[in-house]
Amino acid sequence: MQTLDMADIELREMNATLHAQAENTNQTAWEIKNPRGAHAIACGLDAPIEVTVKGSTGYYCGGMNKQATINIKGSAGPGVAENMMSGTVVIEGDASQYAGATGHGGLLVIKGNASSRCGISMKGIDIVVHGNIGHMSAFMAQSGNLVVCGDAGEALGDSLYEARLFVRGSVKSLGTDCVEKEMRPEHLEILADLLERSGADAKPEEFKRYGSARELYTFKIDNAY
Amino acid sequence: MTDTTNGAPRTTPIQSATFSDPINAEIRRAAATGIYDIRGGGAKRKLPHFDDLLFLGASISRYPLEGYREKCDTSVTLGTRFAKNPIKLDTPITIAGMSFGALSGAAKEALGRGATLAGTSTTTGDGGMTSEERGHSNKLVYQYLPSRYGMNPDDLRRADAIEIVVGQGAKPGGGGMLLGQKISDRVAEMRNLPKGIDQRSACRHPDWTGPDDLEIKILELREITGWKVPIYIKVGGARPYFDTTLAVKAGADVVVLDGMQGGTAATQDVFIEHVGQPILACIREAVRALQDLGMHREVQLVVSGGIRTGADVAKAMALGADAVAIGTAALIALGDNDPKWEAEYNALGTTAGAYDDWHEGRDPAGITTQDPELMQRFDPIEGGRRLNNYLRVMTLEAQTIARACGKSHLHNLEPEDLCAVTMEAAAMAKIPLAGTDWYPGKPNTSF
Repeated sequence: MQTLDMADIELREMNATLHAQAENTNQTAWEIKNPRGAHAIACGLDAPIEVTVKGSTGYYCGGMNKQATINIKGSAGPGVAENMMSGTVVIEGDASQYAGATGHGGLLVIKGNASSRCGISMKGIDIVVHGNIGHMSAFMAQSGNLVVCGDAGEALGDSLYEARLFVRGSVKSLGTDCVEKEMRPEHLEILADLLERSGADAKPEEFKRYGSARELYTFKIDNAY
Repeated sequence: MTDTTNGAPRTTPIQSATFSDPINAEIRRAAATGIYDIRGGGAKRKLPHFDDLLFLGASISRYPLEGYREKCDTSVTLGTRFAKNPIKLDTPITIAGMSFGALSGAAKEALGRGATLAGTSTTTGDGGMTSEERGHSNKLVYQYLPSRYGMNPDDLRRADAIEIVVGQGAKPGGGGMLLGQKISDRVAEMRNLPKGIDQRSACRHPDWTGPDDLEIKILELREITGWKVPIYIKVGGARPYFDTTLAVKAGADVVVLDGMQGGTAATQDVFIEHVGQPILACIREAVRALQDLGMHREVQLVVSGGIRTGADVAKAMALGADAVAIGTAALIALGDNDPKWEAEYNALGTTAGAYDDWHEGRDPAGITTQDPELMQRFDPIEGGRRLNNYLRVMTLEAQTIARACGKSHLHNLEPEDLCAVTMEAAAMAKIPLAGTDWYPGKPNTSF
């Protein structure tokens, strides 16, 4: 286990050290001590390493992650794992707004609650929230899966494209063009896999599925001439 | 007014200036279709512009440089504030962001070829970075847009600069639009969208909401790219003093300021014509913001929106810009709206020079389309040659003017080299009306 103590080193040195880890590094386990809510911790990683952050983080922890597994032993500030490409980010506590925004791939697990705009504009990422999510989550979400074991706030899935939304609890309101959809066997399969991988104590059958009504996909023209 | 047709005096028909033919035609079109007019390009209305400014030239009180022999430098370095690797350009005329999707892959390649030959940079757009564009662009600026289509850390690190797009002049406060006709398989894959949908991009970034957040976003982008490349912030011409101030405070290396004449691939006509300010009204306010912060020339200012000639370039720089960007003009140089396609423009219900339905994907010139047959008409090598020629002509023109004003570098042009020929231009550009030492709003003066 390699330790980087942010009480001793600056953010730049910490990230540069992690960025220097190549595909075949032997130093695969890293621990970041004293994060003290710093922004941009462990962003832009691109190696199969495991990074454990011993505390809470500021904005954009794990941003644009590729390959790495990042465990946050606290809560995460806005934009955690934004634009993630692959790998895994696990948050023991809560996540602030925009968690997993625009993510293209990988798995984001939030063991507490997520604030507003969770999964906004997601593009293939899988997000599992053990608790609740805030308003405007999955706004303009393009693809991927958002699993919510608790409740969802207002305007879930507004202007949704092809992302799949699974909610176990209540949904305060659905956003424009977001509708409840039939849960088919393939969806239960996806759910079972994500619940297992994220360590969530829930059964696929307990969820409802929401998706795009696809009414906004084309302009409605009376007579195009 | 009366007429005596048919013997009896009668009133002749008078067209309303308010309900003019074009207005009435638009009312009828809206009534028939139920959708607002969507088009490309920038504001078409007549606006105070660079044409309303003139250079004074040199005489006894100013000493000119020999037109063809004495050195007049045109180089510019962008991103000197924080980036380890600022961008060094031979000419201050850059190519503005235009998306793959709005343009064909070959057109993007041509922009890269032409820019590289001329020693300047080109810019991606709201569709991600294509291999053609990266491969043919020596200096490529990677746009970071609200949609984040195709955004990934590998392309971010392959870029020579990052441009965070907050807004653009054609539609400050609005997002992009790409209609289904142009969402081909490749475009759909790059944007992670279903093929053939009418795609409307977000108008706000998904993971930051204000200038304090933006500062942290810039920190993240710098950390991901190792603080190597410059970070630009692009804004539309809305509130240039405040937007420039906030961009600098958020940590920008470069501010890109786009007036309402700047083009877009597609948006509502009402947005293009009625939101934003002309570039002439924006430049001095942005420069004032930089000067108030002590950052003029340290944070570079790139202006765009209706740059067409070397004279426009020289005037923008005299007003305080460090560089300019061209979009619409670059497309025209490539062959867009060329009269040689007039019969086909007529068939589309328009004429060369007025064609702006780029979103429909039926561009006869094969530039703003994803149609395989139309794309075949455009040769990226020839397009690159033409763009390079055009950039070189504009650079030579700007040099000609600078030498006539006694300047050994385009950056030495200054507001004192200019006069205005209209009151509006004088007020907007804060340049004295020709024959006077006064402009409307000049401190300690009254009208």
